[in-house]
Amino acid sequence: MLDLTSVASGYGETQVLHGLSLRAEQGRVLAVLGRNGAGKSTTLKTIMGLLPTRDGTITLDGQPMGKTPYDIARMGIAYVPETRDIFPSLSVRENLEITARRFGDKDSPWTMARVLDLFPRLGERMDNGGTQLSGGEQQMLAIARALLMNPRLLILDEPTEGLAPIIVKLIHDKLMDLKREGLSMILVEQNFGFATSLADDVVVVSKGQVVWTGSADAIRADEDAQHKWLGV
Amino acid sequence: MPLDPGFWALQALNALQLSMLLFLLSIGLTVIFGLMHFVNLAHGSLYALGAYVAAALATVGGYWTGFFLAPVAVAGMGILLYSGLIRRMRKSGPMAQVLVTFGLIFALLDLTRIIWGDIALAIEVPSLLAGRVSLFGIDYPVYRLFIIALGFAIFAALALVLKRTQIGAMIRAGVDNDAMAACLGINVERLFFIVFCVGCALAGLAGAVAAPLLSVTPDMGLQILIPTLIVIVIGGLGSLQGAIAGSLIFGFVQTFGAVLAPQLASVLIYALLAAVLVIRPMGLFPAKG
Ligand SMILES: Nc1ncnc2c1ncn2[C@@H]1O[C@H](COP(=O)(O)OP(=O)(O)OP(=O)(O)O)[C@@H](O)[C@H]1O
Ligand SMILES: [Mg+2]
Repeated sequence: MLDLTSVASGYGETQVLHGLSLRAEQGRVLAVLGRNGAGKSTTLKTIMGLLPTRDGTITLDGQPMGKTPYDIARMGIAYVPETRDIFPSLSVRENLEITARRFGDKDSPWTMARVLDLFPRLGERMDNGGTQLSGGEQQMLAIARALLMNPRLLILDEPTEGLAPIIVKLIHDKLMDLKREGLSMILVEQNFGFATSLADDVVVVSKGQVVWTGSADAIRADEDAQHKWLGV
Repeated sequence: MPLDPGFWALQALNALQLSMLLFLLSIGLTVIFGLMHFVNLAHGSLYALGAYVAAALATVGGYWTGFFLAPVAVAGMGILLYSGLIRRMRKSGPMAQVLVTFGLIFALLDLTRIIWGDIALAIEVPSLLAGRVSLFGIDYPVYRLFIIALGFAIFAALALVLKRTQIGAMIRAGVDNDAMAACLGINVERLFFIVFCVGCALAGLAGAVAAPLLSVTPDMGLQILIPTLIVIVIGGLGSLQGAIAGSLIFGFVQTFGAVLAPQLASVLIYALLAAVLVIRPMGLFPAKG
């Protein structure tokens, strides 16, 4: 559904992506793996329109992608950034309403009641400030906020970073539920086991290019590739 | 110097009245800056424009015509500025914005000169608000009390909108992190436009209510600019609490400084500004903590 073709992008003078191509398929989970600084987050920021595409094309179902983050969000792409970016001036409830009010009604797949069912911890924290939450709760809130956009494609940047193992397990199970429902996802992860157990397809990024493409089973079996590109 | 209770009451009321005028000006400027990092130095000129429009309308339709229509006219000017100039400069960096909006001050100054000439205009206090009332043992002009009440009412209304409504939550989200707000489907540019127009209307309102108190002259916008900037730097950028706190501090320091220590009055506020910048470089209540 989402295609990047020979995409070049970067920050100011520094180019980070050098002709990166990948495809995320409808109803499947694509894991984007790679070492620190490989350009994984840069790829996601370019998809979201936070960085301009200097060369190459990005299309969604064959249509050119919108130019601004606002247009891209409107096309049905939801983004959970590495830094989670919970709004500190908003309560948990307001953080959720920001998307719920704009993208949902009672017949939408994702409603406030349903995300609170997915993450009951958030329900207990509704009137807390966005930054009074623990790291794990912030991650849950960022995912819940994204789901309330009723997205066609959910993009997650290192959802397990800095979280305790028990929370990582919880996030894993919830994402697995979403996958079973057929939600298309792109997942950037450092945690190899986490990523490959969720993903159907895998691309490995190095120095701003895709250097390996295949299935999750294939990369689990390919110790050479793991060693060469991921240092596992 | 007779320092009886009446003296304190009088000066406190004067300070409040100055604070409220500054609040009406600084709130728009600070939220526009917080939301889009956009510096509009011509904000004070919109205040002057509001005073002129109010004075002109008052001569034909009476005070209240000016009071209600000046903010609308200034918001209209804001729409022109936005679509003609500001929208194109959104990405051009603070230096270009400062230079262009600084230039705009002189363009607007000359525009008011061409239309209304160099002579100061005066407008009458409306009969409803004329006269004085006895309060805390002093006789105080009703019109000045009206300005104080108006300032608090606008503050309360803005606080309600910002804290309790969806658009208020969107504005707070945009001030916190405009890129993430856009990724969540908030049209931050349209939000900015709305805030910009409301800010212009409030500057126009400030000009309209100030008009009967001072003589309306072309350079009144330039004179109010520095106090307004001091208010938002002391208060902290982007926040309503910052704007009200900064305005009150400026109003009280300025007013009491002028009567208690006239020799120091002009440096007092700058000393305070310097102190705030040393102790809390982001101001007292910055939107981004
Ligand atoms: N804001 C920035 N300005 C300039 N260069 C940046 C910026 N952010 C990242 N980079 C550079 O771009 C390159 C790719 O960074 P990116 O964040 O995409 O890596 P990543 O694959 O997500 O790594 P990690 O696993 O550490 O998150 C790095 O060399 C980094 O130094
Ligand atoms: Mg990263």
